Amino acid sequence: MVFVENGHRLSVYRDHGGYKSLQKAVGMAPADVIEEVKASALRGRGGAGFPTGMKWSFVPKDSPKAKYVVCNADESEPGSFKDRYLMERDPHALIEGMTIAGWALGSNTGYVYGRGEYRYLLDIMDVAIAEAREAGMLGKNIFGSGFDYDLHTHTGAGAYICGEETALLSSLEGYRGHPRMKPPFPAVEGLYASPTVVNNVETFTSVPQIIEMGGIAWRDLGTEKSGGTKLWSISGHVKKPGVYELPMGYADMEKFIMEDCGGMLRDDKKLKAVIPGGSSVYVMNAGQIIGQNVTLDYEGLVAAGSSLGTGGMIVMDETVDIVESTKNLSEFYKHESCGWCTPCREGTDWLVKIFDRITSGGGRPEDVQLMLDIADNIEGKSFCPLGDAAAWPVQSAIKQFPDDFKKWIVNGAASNGHVVEANM
Amino acid sequence: MATATPTSFTDQVAVSDEVAEFSPAVVEEMRSHLTKYPADRTRSALIPLLFVIQRERGWVDNAGVNFLAKFLDLEVTDVWETATFYTMFNLRPVGRHHIQICKTLSCRIMGEPEITDHICSKLGIHPGETTEDGRFTVTMVECLGSCGTAPMMQIGFDYYENLTKESVDKILEDCN
Ligand SMILES: Cc1cc2nc3c(=O)[nH]c(=O)nc-3n(C[C@H](O)[C@H](O)[C@H](O)COP(=O)(O)O)c2cc1C
Ligand code: SF4
Ligand code: FES
Repeated sequence: MVFVENGHRLSVYRDHGGYKSLQKAVGMAPADVIEEVKASALRGRGGAGFPTGMKWSFVPKDSPKAKYVVCNADESEPGSFKDRYLMERDPHALIEGMTIAGWALGSNTGYVYGRGEYRYLLDIMDVAIAEAREAGMLGKNIFGSGFDYDLHTHTGAGAYICGEETALLSSLEGYRGHPRMKPPFPAVEGLYASPTVVNNVETFTSVPQIIEMGGIAWRDLGTEKSGGTKLWSISGHVKKPGVYELPMGYADMEKFIMEDCGGMLRDDKKLKAVIPGGSSVYVMNAGQIIGQNVTLDYEGLVAAGSSLGTGGMIVMDETVDIVESTKNLSEFYKHESCGWCTPCREGTDWLVKIFDRITSGGGRPEDVQLMLDIADNIEGKSFCPLGDAAAWPVQSAIKQFPDDFKKWIVNGAASNGHVVEANM
Repeated sequence: MATATPTSFTDQVAVSDEVAEFSPAVVEEMRSHLTKYPADRTRSALIPLLFVIQRERGWVDNAGVNFLAKFLDLEVTDVWETATFYTMFNLRPVGRHHIQICKTLSCRIMGEPEITDHICSKLGIHPGETTEDGRFTVTMVECLGSCGTAPMMQIGFDYYENLTKESVDKILEDCN
């Protein structure tokens, strides 16, 4: 990814062609803008991967209510830190993308909802918004088109669940961050019960490029089904962690980790596990990656047994115990469960309790099956997808790393004076 | 000796009717938040305003909440309902420097436990506690979006990344 020095300043952004796409877009019919986004095959970068053009087309054109454009800058998925880079270094691309969305959707107001801890980024956004307003890229009659649009930042206050789009809207209205029943979907009844589009930071910042290049050309940077490029946040045991931009369909995952990211942090330690898409996707073992030609796109990661998620890749070497790493994530989900529905609130608590028992040496042979049963009672039975996100790490860890669980349970039982044959 | 930092709202049941007062400049700042939202949707400003209360009063206290309820024409319980949901609102006083160490996976495997031990033994407190002189509170928090520069912590709103014991020593020295 090329970041230009001082790219957060309006003058620098404009020198590099910034806001030309907005100017172009307001000269197009809104429906044509949506068509370009559809043609680009852009899928939402917030984790769920929903086609952006299609989402935009769900907003009713004839609604008498005000319409809203909301940027999801809550980025709290463990392993993901790409939106932070974008807002820090390219805030005007976000403003431009949201303003183009405003034109396409017939909205005059947008909000950037940032997690509370991202205060300094919201300050950067506020400065950029003020610059854009001053220069007439926001406000009344943008580029002489008669289109009025303004943007505001809004802060959350520490709650992963507020990244879920309906919880985000509750929070933006000043309430607790509880998810809402869908349908109605936000496109029909979102913020203030008005039609609302919620997209991720990276999704919006892709839009100016799409308008500039044309949807098809942007799509062809990637593959037919996974269009464009994608930002990967990579952390853990590699030499060069950070944010990388790769074309969708990049071949392959092993090369990315072992060459582009500098390989394993410690040369004498082997790769053990990778969580490729932020904590909420299936963990993969090294055998699913090494020599497997896993392409980095939606389809490639599903075929390899996981999913793309937010592209937050966590790399673990052989020093990591998967029972402990999974316990760490279960603690995260327990902490972040909003408490609204029983399977998630109780289930995440029980998972942590059993992990605690196992890692304190009291694990029982039947504990693994018990955890799978609990995960099964959360997955698909919770009010919002956080429940699934809590179940998947546990299910995949048990499947891909049975020996790590066995070791704890056999040793634990032995230290308690029992002789067991762990039948897992 | 350290004082625990309870986070429970029920610690505050000794509610009073006291209403906090703020300087005209702060009230003006609060008003400026309202302009972002439709005139009949001022509750939207509640979270941003709770941050102003926390900054001005050191924590989200009863008198501050009473002020906000009046300011936004809400019930006091509406304000508490929201304030108690979000982990960033301190429902008890915290130290002048609120150290928030990320304990989530990437930080955990990149050396967070040693950093936490180092900080806590230096300050003589456990996570969740405040030093007796009121300077420092240490809290363990979940992922802060710095996984690529782990281990990391936030003090107040400032990020400190790629922590080592040496860099932590320097950072703590610079906290007055
Ligand atoms: C528990 C949970 C947390 C989420 N966190 C985020 C987040 O931090 N940022 C984000 O963009 N999307 C997040 N999402 C996905 C959003 O619900 C929504 O799908 C997304 O913002 C839509 O934007 P997109 O289509 O551009 O991806 C989260 C979803 C769930 C269930
Ligand atoms: S699944 Fe969890 S986070 Fe989602 S509504 Fe239920 S309790 Fe809340
Ligand atoms: S895991 Fe610590 S910042 Fe993400």
